[in-house]
Parts: sequence; structure tokens; C-alpha cells
Amino acid sequence: MNVTVEQEFVCRGHVACPGCGAVLAMRYVLDVLGKKTIVVLPACCWSVINNRYPTAAVKVPLFHTAFETAACVATGVRAALDMKGDNDTHVLAWAGDGGTFDIGLQALSGAAERNDDIIYVCYDNEAYMNTGIQRSSSTPFGAWTTTTPAKTFKTKQKKNIMDIMAAHRIPYAATATIAYPEDLMNKVRYAAGIRGTRFLHIFCPCPTGWKTAPDITVELSRNAVRARAFPLYEVFDGTRYRLTHEPAQEDRMPIAEYIKPQRRFAHLTEAEIQVMQDHADEEWGRLMKVTETWPAG
Amino acid sequence: MKQVLLGNFAVARAVALARVDVISAYPITPQTLIVEELSEMCARGDCGAKFIKVESEHSALACCMGASAAGARTFTATSSHGLLLMHEMIHWSAGARTPIVMVNVNRAIAPPWNLWSEQTDSLSQRDTGWIQLYCENNQEVLDTTLHAYRIAEQLRVPVMLVMDAFILSHTSEVVDVPDIAQVDRFLPPYNPEVKLDPADPHSFGSITGGAEYQELKRIRHEAILRARDVALEVDSEFDAIFGRKYGIVQPYRCDDAELILLTSGTTAGTARIAVDALREEGVAAGTLKVRLFRPFPAHAIAEGVGDAPKVAVIDRNVSLGAGGIFAQELKAAFYDMDRRPEIIGIVSGLGGGDFTPEAIARIAHNAASAKGRRGEAVWEAL
Ligand SMILES: Cc1ncc(C[n+]2csc(CCOP(=O)(O)OP(=O)(O)O)c2C)c(N)n1
Ligand SMILES: [Mg+2]
Repeated sequence: MNVTVEQEFVCRGHVACPGCGAVLAMRYVLDVLGKKTIVVLPACCWSVINNRYPTAAVKVPLFHTAFETAACVATGVRAALDMKGDNDTHVLAWAGDGGTFDIGLQALSGAAERNDDIIYVCYDNEAYMNTGIQRSSSTPFGAWTTTTPAKTFKTKQKKNIMDIMAAHRIPYAATATIAYPEDLMNKVRYAAGIRGTRFLHIFCPCPTGWKTAPDITVELSRNAVRARAFPLYEVFDGTRYRLTHEPAQEDRMPIAEYIKPQRRFAHLTEAEIQVMQDHADEEWGRLMKVTETWPAG
Repeated sequence: MKQVLLGNFAVARAVALARVDVISAYPITPQTLIVEELSEMCARGDCGAKFIKVESEHSALACCMGASAAGARTFTATSSHGLLLMHEMIHWSAGARTPIVMVNVNRAIAPPWNLWSEQTDSLSQRDTGWIQLYCENNQEVLDTTLHAYRIAEQLRVPVMLVMDAFILSHTSEVVDVPDIAQVDRFLPPYNPEVKLDPADPHSFGSITGGAEYQELKRIRHEAILRARDVALEVDSEFDAIFGRKYGIVQPYRCDDAELILLTSGTTAGTARIAVDALREEGVAAGTLKVRLFRPFPAHAIAEGVGDAPKVAVIDRNVSLGAGGIFAQELKAAFYDMDRRPEIIGIVSGLGGGDFTPEAIARIAHNAASAKGRRGEAVWEAL
């Protein structure tokens, strides 16, 4: 897909930190969804990134709302458009991992159960970054955050939001990340072509929160896939699975290498890193099993 | 057409007559029948709205806000704990200038569990930037729902209609249900100038500094203050079409009164009966019903009170540690006035209980014989 700067819907003047993965994610998603999109934005880094009144970094209508309300506000917008006979405008709920895995989960579950006609993107930077890097239920095992100091780092594994969304049997759920833009955009394109609740879980490294150099964001995103910490797959109707990218043997990377540049994991012992590795292997094995058992046509 | 309707059903009829586009609500006693009846009406095609059955009141109001921001006419209803759960969105929807209309069926707040009438739920939302209207009977409930859309949409301020639990919500009364063609004359379709529209993209609610923030708040404050005039204009227009008029306050036998009972909601009607009885006994009593709360109709009340030396405020609500809320508002309003009556705040009927004419007469007698200005609320058991 060729897009010129003028055609982008995220323009310069945004105020994200250098190397922010979430800006790229929004850019790619809006590249596909286009002009006829309304964004519903709960509290998250993007509430700041979009910049202060009277400026705006996105060129489509955007509605700021309360932290836990992305899904239900999007449902309301959709309902209004439907009543006016507008069924080609996309309604995009755009929330962080905190707004999705934690405080917004109830509203999201409600919308998914009703199969409300919205596209819900969770951009996942694995913590509450906007408020200064506090743990969320998406924060992986082992990570330092300001509420899980290195001495008592997070000892629970990352919540599996995809399983939760699949359990709602929504028409489409997929993972994606900014290092694989074609894959990401294909998924957005597929989502845009169907109706009902569509959930995209987009992995977005955060240099500020992960204590990484701002110029390796895309690399980290790629390495998360290579290390099988963040597999790329889709789930249709909550029951049929497809892996969209399987790292080739020579591309594979141990977890230890993936986390090495991330100072949020700097305190971990080898044994603790092994716990992460074992978890990644186990989850991958499970994913392999479900994709084999219930393949998407 | 005249029909015998529960208060909750009068609400549902009004929602259909207002041609609401989007309803989102969650059940709670004693509001539940509104949700059920609207579901039935939508299923039968008697109400053209899209009804979104959300998983909580917080989401219900958030959903209405999204729909309203995108240009739809919206409705929700709740009570008590539902209203409290909405609190964040009550602020947010007002700040977003979404003219939602909500019915709150007043109910006491737990613990202990109590399903009966008390106004502390709605009055504790008084600082959120919503207009509040308190209703006395089922006809007023239906009519005020229609008024509410006119007021809300003209001012871009959401309106909460408040009605007493059970005494209205679950009581049948004869209600004149207007013809929808007549309602259309009164209430034109909602067509906001500004809304979420891809053809005219804007970001709504972006970060501001203090200067812009305060200015936006001031503008909202001014808009709410205008509700006193707008409510009266809307009331007159309604009267011209339907022949019913309510005002923002309703004085009864106040002209030569020595003691005025200030009431709201269903207590007003009973207070009129009590006043008649008191007059027979030779007590110069009157009563004044407050229909509009937020903005508080200070001047209309002062006019109604006139030269009366004493006002007893019956509050079926309480701000613990401060007293009844209408009494506080009244005291604050009179501070700047030239003529200041003695104001006695009476807290009574919390968690239900019937304000019978006899109970109100007893309260009035106690108030009449009370001496001196008092700061503290008087608690009267029913
Ligand atoms: C009800 C409520 N609680 C807390 C907050 C404070 N808050 C704002 S954003 C945020 C964290 C957002 O985390 P996430 O959703 O992961 O997005 P990110 O900031 O990481 O992009 C918090 C805790 C809030 N705005 N509202
Ligand atoms: Mg986050």
C-alpha cells in the first residue's frame, strides 16, 4: 500500500514520546479505514498524543471519553449512525491495555456479547503508561513497573485477552504488531469488510515504559514475534484459528534475547527468565494445538 | 387520549412520542418497568428507537453520550445505585454538551437496603451540570419528559426528570396521552449543528489548560442559568398546544400565608390538602412546590414566598452533617435577598414513609410553634 504524507490520517504535531509504537499503530489502522471513521478514545496515552485543544493529530472525528467506556460509547455512536442510515462509517474504539484488559473489560464484554458493530483496537504497551508506567493485567511476568518495583516484580503472567474475546464468539479477533504492517493492515482490511464486534490486539512497544532506546521499537516488535512472546494469529467466530506468521527456524529467538534490551527486565535471574521462556513455550504449544484442531478454512 | 397509566408507563409513552432514536438503560427497582415497557414497545414497533441493553448503568449513560454526540436523540432511566454508578458519566455527558434526557425514579441508597422513595440519589448529583426537574403526578411526568427534550436540546445541557419511587412509578393515574402529530409540532427533530461527522472532523474533549477549561465551565454555567427562562418558554408553548401549564415553582395559598411549606415531587399535592385543613383550623399556611432544581429558581421562590415570615422546607433527602438539601439551597438563595424569612429545615420521610395530610399538618404545627432562627435540621419521623 502506497500512501503519501498528505493521505495519512495521523499528521505531524502529535506529542507522543520518541519511538512510540502506538502512533504507528494508529497510522496503519487509519490508512486502511480511511476518512469515514469515527474514533472513540478513552483515557490512555493517545488522549495526550492527539495533542491539546485546538489542535488534533488525527484527521478524522475523535471523541474523548472516560477510561472504561470505549466499547459502550462506540456502541452508542454506531447506534446513532444506524438510525441515520449511515452504515459505511467505521466506528473505531481505540483503547490501551489498561482500558481493555482491566477497567474497560466489562463494557467490552457487554459490547462483544451483543456483537455490537464496532472495531475495537487494544494497543498494548503492557502497562498504564499515561499515568507513569504502572502494572496492568497485560504486564508480563518479570517486568518492573512503578507499582511492581524490581524487588517485587510482577509475578503473574500476562492475561490472555484473545482467549477472553474468543470466548465471546465474536466474528473476528486478531493479533498484530507494527513490525508487520502488511499483516496488520490485512487484518484491519478484513475487519473493515465484515460486521459485528471486531477485536484487534496490537502490540506496541513503549520506549519510555520499557526502558528501551527509541530507535528499536520496530525491532522489539519484530523480536516479540520471533521469540513467540506475541504470536500473530486470527480467530474467526471465536472458534477457528489461523496463524498468520510463523517465525522461520533461523528467525527464532529465545526470550532472553528479546528482553535483553528492555531494562524493565534487567533485574531478572536466569531462572526467572526461564520461567518466561517456559510460559512462552507453553502458550505457543497451546496455540499450535488449537490452530491444528480448529483451523480456519 | 386518556389512559390509566403507571408513572413508569407514562415515561415510556413519552419516550415514544418524543421519537427518541437511541435508548440505553439497565434495570433497577423501581425504574425496571420503564425498561420493560420500552422493550415491549420497541418490539411491537410502538417505539421507533434502537434500544441497547447494556451491562451496567455506567455503560448505559456512556452509550447515550456516544449516540448523542453523533446526533441522536437519546434516553435512559435509572434509580439510586444505578444513578450513583453513572456518576462519572453524569459529569462527562454534561461536559460533552450531550442533551440526554434521563428519568431518575428516586430511591433510597443502601445500606441498609431500601427500595422506597428518597431524593438523596438525584440531589447528590446536583454539581454535575445537569438540569433537574421534579414531578408531582403521572401527567406531569409525561409532559415534563417532552419539555425536557426541548430544554436539553436548546441549551445543550442534559436534563434529569425526577419522580418518586412507587408513589408515582407504580401508581396508576389517568393520563392524557397526546397525539404524536401534536407532539411533533411541539418537539421538532434533533439536528445539532456540531456532532461527530466524518465530513466535518473535529476532536471533542481534548486537553486544555486552566484558562480554556474555566471558560468552558463558565459557558456551561450560563447555559444552565438560562434554563429558568427556557423552561418557562417551553412550558408556555406546551400550554398553547396542550392546555397544561406547570411553571418552575407552584405557589398555593401563599398570598397571605404566615407559614409556607416548601415541597417537591408528590409531597406537593398532599401538602395542598394539609394546607386546606390548616386554614380551616385558622392556621395561615400555604405551600410552594419547587419543580425546577438546578438551576435553583431563587427569584421565583422569593416571589412565591412574598412577605411570609416563615418557610418550613420538607426535605425527603439529607446531606449528612449539613441537613436537607432543598433547605440549604433555599437558605443560600435568600441570603442575598432583601426580605429573608425564617427558614426551618425538616428532614423527613427518608427511605419511604407516607407524607399523609395529617403528617404534614403535624410537621406544619411543629414548625409554626418553633421559635428563633435555627441552623440545624429538624428530624421528623413519619
Ligand atoms: C476512572 C479512571 N481511573 C484512573 C484514571 C487514570 N488513568 C488515565 S490513563 C490510565 C492508564 C492507561 O493505561 P492504558 O489503558 O494501558 O493506556 P496507556 O496509557 O498505556 O496508553 C490511568 C490509570 C482515569 N483516567 N480514570
Ligand atoms: Mg498501556
